[in-house]
Amino acid sequence: MQSRNILGLIFCNSGDEMLPELTSVRAIGSVPFGCRYRLVDFSLSSMVNAGISKVGLITKRNYQSLADHVGNGRPWDLARKNGGLSILSPYVFGGTGLYTGRIDALSGCMQYLEKSREEYVVLTNANIIANVDFDAMIDQHLALNADVTIAYKKGLQGSKYLKMDGDKILEIASKEEAGTDNCYIDLFLIRRELLISMIKEAAVHNYTNLTEDVLKRQVKSYNYYGFGIDGYVRIIDGMQSYFDGNMDLLHKSVRDQLFKMDAPIYTKLRDDMPSRYGFDSGVADSVIADGCVIEGEVHNSIIFRGVTVEKGAKLENCIIMQSGVIHANAQLSYVVADKNVSIKEGRTLMGCKTFPMVIGKGLTV
Amino acid sequence: MTKKTDCVAMLLAGGQGSRLGVLTKNVAKPAIPFGGKYRIIDFPLSNCVNSGIDTVGVLTQYQPLVLNDYIGSGQPWDLDRMNGGVHILPPYQQIKGTDWYKGTANAIYQNISFIERYNPEYVLILSGDHIYKMDYAEMIEYHANHNADCTIAVLEVPFEEAPRFGIMNTNDDNSVYEFEEKPPHPKSNKASMGIYVFNWLQLKKYLIEDEQNPESDNDFGKNIIPAMLKDQKRLFAYPFEGYWKDVGTIDSLWDANMDILNPKIPLELDDPTWKIYARTQAYPPHFVTRDATVQNSLISEGCFVAGKLLDAVLFSGATVEKGAVVRDSVIMPGAKIEAGAVVQYAIVAENAIVKKNAVIGGRPEESEDLESWGIVTIGPDYIVGEGEIVPPKAMLGNG
Repeated sequence: MQSRNILGLIFCNSGDEMLPELTSVRAIGSVPFGCRYRLVDFSLSSMVNAGISKVGLITKRNYQSLADHVGNGRPWDLARKNGGLSILSPYVFGGTGLYTGRIDALSGCMQYLEKSREEYVVLTNANIIANVDFDAMIDQHLALNADVTIAYKKGLQGSKYLKMDGDKILEIASKEEAGTDNCYIDLFLIRRELLISMIKEAAVHNYTNLTEDVLKRQVKSYNYYGFGIDGYVRIIDGMQSYFDGNMDLLHKSVRDQLFKMDAPIYTKLRDDMPSRYGFDSGVADSVIADGCVIEGEVHNSIIFRGVTVEKGAKLENCIIMQSGVIHANAQLSYVVADKNVSIKEGRTLMGCKTFPMVIGKGLTV
Repeated sequence: MTKKTDCVAMLLAGGQGSRLGVLTKNVAKPAIPFGGKYRIIDFPLSNCVNSGIDTVGVLTQYQPLVLNDYIGSGQPWDLDRMNGGVHILPPYQQIKGTDWYKGTANAIYQNISFIERYNPEYVLILSGDHIYKMDYAEMIEYHANHNADCTIAVLEVPFEEAPRFGIMNTNDDNSVYEFEEKPPHPKSNKASMGIYVFNWLQLKKYLIEDEQNPESDNDFGKNIIPAMLKDQKRLFAYPFEGYWKDVGTIDSLWDANMDILNPKIPLELDDPTWKIYARTQAYPPHFVTRDATVQNSLISEGCFVAGKLLDAVLFSGATVEKGAVVRDSVIMPGAKIEAGAVVQYAIVAENAIVKKNAVIGGRPEESEDLESWGIVTIGPDYIVGEGEIVPPKAMLGNG
């Protein structure tokens, strides 16, 4: 793996407001996902797997949990003397308060951007679940001599689409206007100098929206190309997509697209022992992390590290986050339990597919 | 010279482990996978860190590549330190020539200069082939409180098993008056666990003297301890209570893995105050399908289970396909048990493949001749062909 001349930037709070159930205590980047990961792990690992060795995490609020998760960046091999991982905490300009959009956020880390020496910058949002082949994206960017390369996913549902001629982007527009199903993804590659000048100019005009006010406006002025992401993509933009995204992991094809031996998803280690199954356990179609004790029944569920499911307890279509305890004979269906939740003996909790019941962090039911 | 260190641990990891056959063909015994996600050496290394010992020398000799790679900077055990940390110590060329490590004592003798760099009060000698959790700090405190020259950790074993061990005969105050290696008629049941604390300056003197004796086997048990006893040095037995197992044979390795599944055996690997650390690959969580039945088993990250497990230990990345049965067995990292295969009383090593409908091993209760019954061992990367039958006690490996 060669080292790349590219800086990675990840917006770790973009979309917080769409998932209030889980982001009241953390940034969306550190929302637990898929038994042992946090959302940011997918972008971080994809970047690292493409040889990007300098990554900035752009934060805005409630990022203690994110800071705790990423630490010094070692699990992603980003504990480096040169480059490595930086948390770009919010930078408040005199009197204006916290930033409102991604342009403000980038203005806030202008020093970091200007001091960096990498020729290119790749920007992405932490709420994108995908194992992106940045290598291929970078190669395409260089081969086409592009100014901006924007990622898209064919067939995905979204609010913006790319009207294209071959790989060339003609317009970023609504689905009807674009007349394609090339769904725009908040992930793009750009020359660092160009990004800096675009941000400075946008700031002068008091623009706030990076996609609408900058990327869209400049389509005609620069060479924009689209990069189609192969494989699984899910944008976490609400409880439903969060729930469905987790449940997607029950499909082998999705797991194979996300978790590749040659491009693994890294995360913070917990040094748990392997999971133990009791004599009466009944597990069917479930993804389970290390450190669990499973003595009850678990169907179609996502079980995070260190969860205990006691005898006679029954889980169906549930997401139980780290260190949850489901006591004997409790019955749960379509429940999302945040970290350290305890469900007392014999309780029954029912959500439904389109409206899963969410139990807040640390609660006892 | 760096800051004075209280105690340097020296971990003997050079043994070939020939009794483990195909399992140690390409790796040293301490690097053998254990307990779903660990390797044997994780136990003494984690014990060191949990006991506050941050300077560890790992003496390697036989097939060290995997072990070197595994230990690396020592980061997984928090042993990448500014002062001290973990160091791999293979034999090296010196002015007087080059020698392999001739015995356990000679291995330490050859590394006197390593130990001197830290100028320690005590040296802790450990083996790389035991599964146990032990607070070495307590043992060192015991050693200091007894004003001992050498303290040997002992475990009380059943008298009928005592002839297999090195036995410490002690006075009422736990002082040792005699050491007997594998006595046919043991006077005591205090078995040496191969864990020693020495006052460094004393040990250094005995190592140098021992080296000058051409008759010596340069072994702690055979030479150093008897020499110290002869000189009436203060040797004490430190009684250890808890789980301890030498995993030097196929049977004991299999037993120790099964012990994890036994709730009555006190080897809690999930004790948050005494974690066992390991270097792990970035495996995804494991998946259990609707076709699977899992009873009293251990499953690690990266596993895929669609078959039937009963009393099984599945290591990271192992696969058990639909219709396959794994009972009373140890399936090491990346091994694959294909559809319809039956694996019983077996150790299937790393990346081995058991093809469709093969039958591995058998149950003792169904065996006509218990003498010829035993645990089957399938070596690393070995492929058991479709429908092949492997009888109990067989050992199969490549090359």
